[in-house]
Amino acid sequence: MIKGRFGLPMPILSLALFLVWQALNDGVTGGSVVMGLLLAWLLPLATRNFWPDRPGIKHPLRFSFYVVRVVFDIIVASAEVALIVMIPGRQPKTAFVSFPLELEHPLAISTLASTISLTPGTVSADISDDNTLLLIHVLDLDDEAKLIETIKRRYERPLREIFS
Amino acid sequence: MNPILEAVIAVLMVSGGAFTLAGAIGLARLQDFYSRLHAPTKATTVGVGSITLSSMIYFMATTGALALNEGLIMVFLFLTAPISANMLAKAAMHLRVQQAENTKGQAWDQ
Repeated sequence: MIKGRFGLPMPILSLALFLVWQALNDGVTGGSVVMGLLLAWLLPLATRNFWPDRPGIKHPLRFSFYVVRVVFDIIVASAEVALIVMIPGRQPKTAFVSFPLELEHPLAISTLASTISLTPGTVSADISDDNTLLLIHVLDLDDEAKLIETIKRRYERPLREIFS
Repeated sequence: MNPILEAVIAVLMVSGGAFTLAGAIGLARLQDFYSRLHAPTKATTVGVGSITLSSMIYFMATTGALALNEGLIMVFLFLTAPISANMLAKAAMHLRVQQAENTKGQAWDQ
């Protein structure tokens, strides 16, 4: 049990923490390496209980495509929303939309919710207790069915493949 | 500095400022709490994103060293902005903040 209790429960997280600490420190020095190693060891141990089942990205390459697509969408959608805001006298048609979730893994759902919030014009507001519905607030809604279909096609299906 | 780089930096800074301004105007102009939530998420994503990117390019061009700090600012903002928006929306629903009359659909409160 000692190995399980004091080892590295999440090696990738430890590596990421170590690298982030080096980047934060403006140059790799002896002190930053020691502190980075300590953090990389202790933080995963301290937060281990927050991960009930180990989350895993099955397709890292596909995930990076996903990130690129989301960044592109953010830029396009930002320009659209900026236009909506700038046109004087036009009140946008706001709406609450219930989005039926197909994803089951908590990490996948929270990635989808974050994507929806980051994409301008939509904010994910709440999730139902049984994790089947996501409440989305839309700034300017044209067609509810079309919006749900777009989110499903562009974000939910790729995430399903990435996390399945 | 290379004039092309200078132009890229200038464009990024101006567009970042413009998006942040649009976010601020939205915050003042939109009709209810939920719509105003959209403004900060937009301003942080594209506005701050392009400003930090321009800072990154500037320092990489002038010092020649890899500038990673701004990249980390971007990553942390992108990770935390949706969570704060979500918490604000949840709190508003819990307090039954009034939504604009022409809003389609209803907020839940469970």
